[in-house]
Amino acid sequence: MSPALPILLAAVLVGAGTYGVLARRHAVLMVIGVELILAGAGMVLIAAGTFEPDDYASGAVLTMFVITIAAAEVVLALAVFVALYRARGHVDLQPDEASE
Amino acid sequence: MTLRDGVFLGIGLLTSLAAVLSVTSSRVLHAALWLVVTLGGVAGCYLALGAELVALVQLLVYVGGVVVVLLFALMLTRAQGPEVVPVDVSRARRVLAAWVSAGLTVVLGWAMVALVGWESRGLAGPGNADIGAQIFDTWVWPFELLSLLLLLALVAAIAVARGAGVTEDTQTRTGGAHRGSREAGAG
Repeated sequence: MSPALPILLAAVLVGAGTYGVLARRHAVLMVIGVELILAGAGMVLIAAGTFEPDDYASGAVLTMFVITIAAAEVVLALAVFVALYRARGHVDLQPDEASE
Repeated sequence: MTLRDGVFLGIGLLTSLAAVLSVTSSRVLHAALWLVVTLGGVAGCYLALGAELVALVQLLVYVGGVVVVLLFALMLTRAQGPEVVPVDVSRARRVLAAWVSAGLTVVLGWAMVALVGWESRGLAGPGNADIGAQIFDTWVWPFELLSLLLLLALVAAIAVARGAGVTEDTQTRTGGAHRGSREAGAG
């Protein structure tokens, strides 16, 4: 198959994730954008490992590493948001504009 | 255009649509559920690319783990009080963010497609046995470090979420907010 298809899908995922990071003010929804960017990175790695294979299976192994690190990152983000919620009562990232 | 191209194109379009919806949906629960569709679609794309093991890991860890954690985060941090807190920034900033992300998509897609080209190639990815052998051969130290990272992340998450740094003052204030919302609901 054409290697351009997974590459284009990765570009769309990264673009959508960037929009999510820039345009969301709910903290958990911003993390959804980060997850989409990481999914785009994994898609590029898998495409590279499929169409330009090497002896170390780098594409597949590094994609699984990215997935694992993303899981650890989400767990820590949840903990920070719960602490933030306890301290402020909300997880809004722009509380000053909300009061205006 | 082969059958595999068609399958990948179909799943890829569904995934792209779900990704856009998951960052534009104004209801937080819908956004999280569209993320499930997106990540499941990404797993389907991995399957179409012949990477079964990574597809299954993606399904197990992301759809089974990360999304559940995100749903818990959404439920635990629900905004108090009767007023509706907007989940998006102002309209001008959203337009700016849309332009930035659209430009990023075009630049990334153009640059990377210029690198790999459009002509069809055979799938030559490593088999599952190769991946397993390489994880415990070439990648064994990063792999062990990852287990340490997961352990550290879990311990740190417990330490942060228990609120060791939260003072008595803020705790009583949040308790007041809880009571206030309950009274508002009763009234």
